[in-house]
Parts: sequence; structure tokens; C-alpha cells
Amino acid sequence: MTPETSNPLLELKNVIKYYNRTTPALADISFSIMDGQFISIIGPSGSGKSTLLRCINRMIEVSSGEVCFDGVITSQLKKRDLRKLRTKIGMIFQHYNLVDRLTVIENVLHGRLGYKSTMAGVLGRYSQEEKMQAHRIINILGLHDQVYQRCDQLSGGQKQRVGIARALVQNPRMILCDEPISSLDPNSSKIIMDLLRSISREMGITFIVNLHQVNVALKYSDRIIGVNKGKLVLDGSPDQLTTERISDIYGSTAKDLMTDSEERYAAG
Amino acid sequence: MQQADIFVKRRNDRWIFFAVLAVLTVGSVIITRYDVLKGFTSIVKAFVWGISNFYPDIESMAKLPDILLKLRETVLMSIASTTIAAVFAILLSLAGSRTTRMSRFFSVMARGIASLFRNIPLVAWAMVLMLAFSQSPLTGYLALFFGSLGFLTRSFIETIDEVSHDAVEALEATGAGYFHVIFQAVLPSSLPQMISWLLFMIDTNIRDATLVGFLTGTGIGFSFDLYYKSMNFHAASLVVMLIVITIIIIETASNMIRRNIM
Repeated sequence: MTPETSNPLLELKNVIKYYNRTTPALADISFSIMDGQFISIIGPSGSGKSTLLRCINRMIEVSSGEVCFDGVITSQLKKRDLRKLRTKIGMIFQHYNLVDRLTVIENVLHGRLGYKSTMAGVLGRYSQEEKMQAHRIINILGLHDQVYQRCDQLSGGQKQRVGIARALVQNPRMILCDEPISSLDPNSSKIIMDLLRSISREMGITFIVNLHQVNVALKYSDRIIGVNKGKLVLDGSPDQLTTERISDIYGSTAKDLMTDSEERYAAG
Repeated sequence: MQQADIFVKRRNDRWIFFAVLAVLTVGSVIITRYDVLKGFTSIVKAFVWGISNFYPDIESMAKLPDILLKLRETVLMSIASTTIAAVFAILLSLAGSRTTRMSRFFSVMARGIASLFRNIPLVAWAMVLMLAFSQSPLTGYLALFFGSLGFLTRSFIETIDEVSHDAVEALEATGAGYFHVIFQAVLPSSLPQMISWLLFMIDTNIRDATLVGFLTGTGIGFSFDLYYKSMNFHAASLVVMLIVITIIIIETASNMIRRNIM
């Protein structure tokens, strides 16, 4: 795909994160990611997936090691430059993290705040182009009928699409997704995953998606990274992910778990 | 075995609790020589006295303009002290909340100020302030202000942490600055609940202002004190009635506002 000579978009070198002194949440994680890849991170609850994702845009500070995005070492950035970095990295959450009392368009435009001066952002002044871009993205995501609705009136799937729109309006190089479908029913989950995949293909945005569902990871990813107890236990393409490897990641009962969830997913 | 122990322990705890309560009650009755029976019978007596003496008559109506003036003073003072306190409480709560704090040090400071002000009773505030400002409206105003500041800061901190944590995380991840986050996520999410707390505080402050007025010799509390001590029970009862009516009106109004903003 990408020629070997090009530099990776994201590179993690020996990343370690301690919340307490005894056990590391992340233990010596290293990998690099090329532009345009769709990557899933799988692993059991509490394995460090969320921490790993948040170390990339410095929502959580690493204890040691290096995160390098687009040639910039993120840990050295000062406040203003960190904001600039974050505008290039969108983020999508399990609980959507919208301002529920505001309308869809207001929430989507929040994605532009990283580019704004203090005053313009505080007053919520957006340019005509920004508004047009927001409307365009809302239309693409099929939310045109909800533009001026308050977000607390939307369904889970619609809320997540607002979350995606907010990330896209940033014009990001990469989007981080923290369990984007864990609060959704199977049908909405499929719609959201299809959307993410097609956005990745059509707009050339790199995706890193934390997933609980192994079968979903297998279906959508170019590459799967497995994490367990803060350690990187797997890094490869979906066809390298055998049931034995899954057992390594999830423990011995995982095989049953996976087939079970696969049936449920297919049924939905 | 382990489980059974827990149930036995729970039952024992309950017995100990009731035993302690009984001892305290009986003990304090004996020490204060409080006659329980007489206590209950005098409630009836008080009620009978109230019906025959404690009602507004035609003559007391002459005092109505006077009383209304004092009532207005009390209501306006309560509203002013609460709203000003709310402005300061927002600033303190932004500094104190885990979601929006700038540094751990300021957070601890803000929470400390809040709990200090909240835990000193209103009457204590009034008495302390009376030493400085003597009996004047300012004393009552400041007493209400300090009490409200503590309570509102505490409630606002909880509101902010409860309703805006997720949205704040999302906005910070987009690269939004501190003030963007405050004005675009924190305030829109928490304002309705903050206003609700503010209305509640105005409500309680009007009640408390009456009591503080007793001490500071201002407002409607002073009117009551004056009439009661001069044995003008009819006028005193008129004061009580007007306070009750005012509180009912304020409460209805704030419930209406609350319904519309939530």
C-alpha cells in the first residue's frame, strides 16, 4: 500500500504509563502507523485500550516513552502547539460526549473551536464557510432533518453520527474512536462502523478504533493491535488473528465469547 | 458462614443504635426535667390561644403599608444577596470543580472557602457581623451573602462535575481552549441546574432573612419583633400571614421558571 520510504503518520516508542506505582497501565508499547490505515485495538476491559488512545492526543500524559505524530514529538509541545496538534486528531467516544442541551449544528461546530481565537470561540462566532462545511458534513451523515434539534432528543446512533460530524469538521488527519459502538444496538453499530470505514477510504483519514467486539475488528480493519494488561500482545493483519491468538488476548474462555457475539451481531 | 455473620452483625448494629437513642432521649428528659405530658397538652393550649388572639383585625390593617414596605426590603435584600453570591459562586466553582479547575491548589482553596462559609450557621454570621456593622441592613445582607456563597459554590461544583465532564473531555480533544470549554460546554450544560439552585436559595433566603431581621433589627423580622413585644398580636399575625403568602408566591414562581428551563 504505502511505499516503505514514507514516514509513518504516528509512531509510539516505548510508551509507559503508570497510574500508581505498582502496576503499569501501559508497559512498553511501540508501534507505528501509516497514513490512511484503519486500525483496531482489541483487548479485555481494563487492558489499557482507552489509556493508549488518550496518550496519543495527550488527554493523558505518558510516564515515559515517546509519541510522534506527523513528525512532531507530542510530549514536548507547549499549550498552544498542543491545541494545534489536537485539531489534526479527531476523537469519538462511547458515550458520544455531546453537549446535550445544544443543537446538532452547535455541537458539530464545536469541532472548529481548536482553530478559533479566545473571543470568537467564547461567543460562538463561526464563519460562513465553517457553517457551510458543517452543513455539508451533516448532510453526508444523513442528519439534515435534525440540524436544529437538541441532541438530547436524538437516538444513540444519531448522537454518534453527530460525534463523527464534530470530528470531521476539524479536517483531521486521524480520528481516534474509543469504543464507538459499545452503547449502540447491533443495527446502529453496523451503520456507524460502515460509516467510519467509508470515511476512512474516501477521505483518506487514518482511524484508530478501540473495540470490544473481535468479530467487528476482523471485518473492518486493515490491521489489528491486541493489548492485554498494558502489553502489546498482537500486531498484524486480520487474517493473522487466529482463535488461538484471541485466546492469548482474552484468556481461555474467549473462544466461546467470540462465536457467541458473532451470532448476535449477525442476527442484528 | 461469612454471610450469616453479616446478618447477625446488621441486627446487632440496629439494636445498639436503638439502645443508644433511648438512653439519650430518657437521659436528656431527666436532666432538663422536661415534662413530656405537659409538653403535648400545651400545644393544644397554644393553639386555642392562637385562634382567639393571633389573627389580623381591622385595626391592624392600618399597619399594612408599613409592613409591606418592610417586606419589600426583606425580599429585595434576599434576592440581591443571593444573585451577587451566585456570581462569585460560579467563579469559585469553576476554580473548585475537578472538571474545570486550573490547578489542584486553587481547587482545594475554593472548596475550603465554600465549606467554611457553608458550615458557619447563618445566625452565627449575623452575630459576628453585627459586631462590625452593628444593627443595619448591611449586616443582614452580608450574612445572607456568605451563607449563600458557601452553599451555591458547593452545589455548582457538583453540578459542573455531574453534567459537563464528558463534553469537556470532547472539546479539549478538539483543541479548544480553556475559555472555549467553559462557555461552549460547561455553562450551556450546567446553567439550568444552576438557576434551579439559585431559585431554591432565594426561596430559603427570604425565610432566613426574616430570622436574621430579628437579630439585626431590619426588615420584616424587625416588624414582627416590634409588634410582638408591644403585645400587638393582631399586627404580628398579619406579618406572619404576609410572610407565608410571599413565600408561596415566590415558590410558585420559581417552580414555573424551573419547569420552563429544564
